[in-house]
Amino acid sequence: MRGASQAKWVVTAVAVALAATACGSSTSASSGSGAIDAKGVYSYQSGEPQNPLQPANANESLGSRVVKNLFRGLVDLDPTTNKPRYQVADKIETTDAKHFAVTLKSGWTFHDGTPVTAHSFVDAWNWSANTKNNQINSNWFSDIAGYDAVHPAKGDPTATTMSGLKVVDDTHFTIDLTGPVSYFQYKLAYIAFSPLPKSFFADPVKAGENPVGDGPYKFVSWEHNKAITLAAYDQYAGVDKAQNGGIVFKNYSAAEAAYKDLTSDNLDVLDQVDPTDLPKYKSDLGDRAVDQPQGGIVSISFAMYQPEWQGVDKAKVRQGLSMAIDRDTITKTVLNGSRLPADSFVAPGTVGYKAGICGEACTFDPAKAKSMIAAGGGVPNNKITITYNADGGHKEWVDAVCNSIRQSTGVECVGDPKPDMKTARKEITAHTVPSMMRTGWAQDYPLNVSFLRDLYQTGADSNDALYSSPEFDKLAKAADAAATVDQTADLYQQAEAQLVKDMPAIPLWYYKTNAGWSNNVTNVKYDTFGDPVFTQVEVKQK
Amino acid sequence: MGRFVARRLLQMIPVFLGTTALIFFMVHVLPGDPVAAMWGDKAADPAQLAAKRHQLGLDQPLLQQYVTYMGHLLTGDFGTTMGQRKVIDVISAAMPVTVRLTLMAFGVEVVFGVLIGLFAGLRRGKAFDKGTLVITLLLISIPVPVLGFLFQTVFADQLKLVTPTVQDSMNFGQLLLPAVVLGSLSLAYVARLTRTSIVENVRADYMRTAVAKGLPRRRVIGTHLLRNSMIPVITFLGTDLGALMGGAIVTESIFNVKGVGNAMYHAINQSDGATVSGFVAVLVLVFLAASLIVDLLYAVLDPRIRYA
Repeated sequence: MRGASQAKWVVTAVAVALAATACGSSTSASSGSGAIDAKGVYSYQSGEPQNPLQPANANESLGSRVVKNLFRGLVDLDPTTNKPRYQVADKIETTDAKHFAVTLKSGWTFHDGTPVTAHSFVDAWNWSANTKNNQINSNWFSDIAGYDAVHPAKGDPTATTMSGLKVVDDTHFTIDLTGPVSYFQYKLAYIAFSPLPKSFFADPVKAGENPVGDGPYKFVSWEHNKAITLAAYDQYAGVDKAQNGGIVFKNYSAAEAAYKDLTSDNLDVLDQVDPTDLPKYKSDLGDRAVDQPQGGIVSISFAMYQPEWQGVDKAKVRQGLSMAIDRDTITKTVLNGSRLPADSFVAPGTVGYKAGICGEACTFDPAKAKSMIAAGGGVPNNKITITYNADGGHKEWVDAVCNSIRQSTGVECVGDPKPDMKTARKEITAHTVPSMMRTGWAQDYPLNVSFLRDLYQTGADSNDALYSSPEFDKLAKAADAAATVDQTADLYQQAEAQLVKDMPAIPLWYYKTNAGWSNNVTNVKYDTFGDPVFTQVEVKQK
Repeated sequence: MGRFVARRLLQMIPVFLGTTALIFFMVHVLPGDPVAAMWGDKAADPAQLAAKRHQLGLDQPLLQQYVTYMGHLLTGDFGTTMGQRKVIDVISAAMPVTVRLTLMAFGVEVVFGVLIGLFAGLRRGKAFDKGTLVITLLLISIPVPVLGFLFQTVFADQLKLVTPTVQDSMNFGQLLLPAVVLGSLSLAYVARLTRTSIVENVRADYMRTAVAKGLPRRRVIGTHLLRNSMIPVITFLGTDLGALMGGAIVTESIFNVKGVGNAMYHAINQSDGATVSGFVAVLVLVFLAASLIVDLLYAVLDPRIRYA
């Protein structure tokens, strides 16, 4: 290389550097007059969905938050009351909570212009429930009669349609369930029950890349690993028409980066503040910061299948261990106020939540804890372990819980970290956890049933502890057969009282939404799922 | 020369097969069930789990999975991800970003590293040389995340010259800051290697001869000294190119750049064998090509090296 050409290189490099800084500096936006731009588009912190954007395949938050804006089902959840409200359905009638007659509103269209009919629902559900179509949430349809034929426990499906779904005409269809489910409307609000247009079935994978829905937003583009863009749908027939022009779901691999972008107004709405910035986000954002409980709970469950937790007296030991945990201090210090201490097995804000139902069993009392454990015959070997996945930021609080137990009761307690979620889940589902395990649960629908039925009923899918109580099962069974939602919630509340007695899991704390928004947007509210109410966000004029 | 290149290209085949096989099997011995993990904290429905596993081909014996995978790979089909995207699409979306970032980082480290090393070497023991040694030592000892956050705070939060993260991963201007962070460690190495090499060669016989011949100083340094001093530097640069492409995970996540590191991280997290193997296959090719070019450059730089 000669001197002259070297010099050329240096000049080029400097020129590039100058040009780069010049174009980088012009992007900081000022939040002008404060008037609202109805066509304004805002960005939201997100990531790459795990699966194609098919309604019954979006089980994780990154995919489902996009799908829930693209699709509307028969009902959705009113963000203010947290109860189902009619969307495509004009009415859903039932006398026994087992046989439902659905009437649809007219005027609903998919984003490709085709009308939403009874077939759109029935065909979608039949397709999604079928094992062969590999939808992660296929078992959401298990209440419907004939589900066994399209989704047998073993082997290939023997039918393509469920006998419980019958189309009457374009705007009417009926749903028959295998047993009464008084809260079926809450389930119907879930995105898995969305209608699908005819075009979907021709090529479902392609439809998952370019979804056509009937929701308040239509699909614009999916730049993988970068962003998903939606635009408001003009012909939307629902009650919650978008107050903005669209949403950009921006992909962030690190929450710290998203927070930095939010504080510099390069990102508009935050999903969750990262742990590092939790202590200062309220002072950074002022009245643009939000801190409210979410419909999710963190608990540590006992491996009830291990001999050390069997026997009637051991319930006292379990209650004692629960009393040994100083929830208030841990949530305030170790968790920086990002969790709310639990006083029940159900998150607040859900229908059927009863404040303080856990009573003194969830109240920090070292002396009582000690005596309870002694009364129950003590902990075998005087040692417990808590199995958890090390990739989820759980180490700090698991150690704090262990410290709390050790200091209050003298019971030796250590964390038992597994490298990642996959490994931890493998041990948990194989039922080989030695002592205790971390269990997290986010509501499927804001009803106490969601926190109790799937977790503590004998043989339930997510009953990782293998807890089995005839009393709980009896109440749960009666609750499922109840005629109204209120009765169901009430009976499940009684069942929850049984949990407090048996203590198969220690409720620790509820999730919280710690988030905020930029100077570019206003009217940002979060629902109990931790999502902003997307349609209500207003974008300021620039 | 032609035969040498041909032989090297043939040698690439077993290396390529070996590395991809190694990675393929390593991903599959990662603990945990990647399919069950798709259900998150909730329990997977057993019937659907079995069907999903069948769809992904994970119910087959491992050896058969590998044979199928390699068969497809040889026809140019990289397979599909766990999320049913074509792996080739994932690679072709991430590669251009990483290539941009890498070339910029590489450019920064070559231009500034060699220049700084050259001047420091020529002024051995002077203030500039001592300063270079201190600053490069500092760069080598500062971990990349610290440097990244430092740059972010200074250039974005304080001076407001750039946005804190990269808004458009394909924009050269926005990639400059992460490129400087990414290239800084290697820059320090390049500067030190160049300096040492220069210091050593400046007293060589051919230098004395060149000066005695009355050649202009520019030619003595540019053609004789620099060219002969570049061999260790080129060796380092060759391997560094591959390392920059695959190992930018930290820098990418600080600046939210959507490149190869980011995509690989997610794929490894999901134990997504097809995607990880696909990326590694491409990176192996990059490494092999880079080392071939380095070997060829030896002959260009030093006429004594000849390849038959």
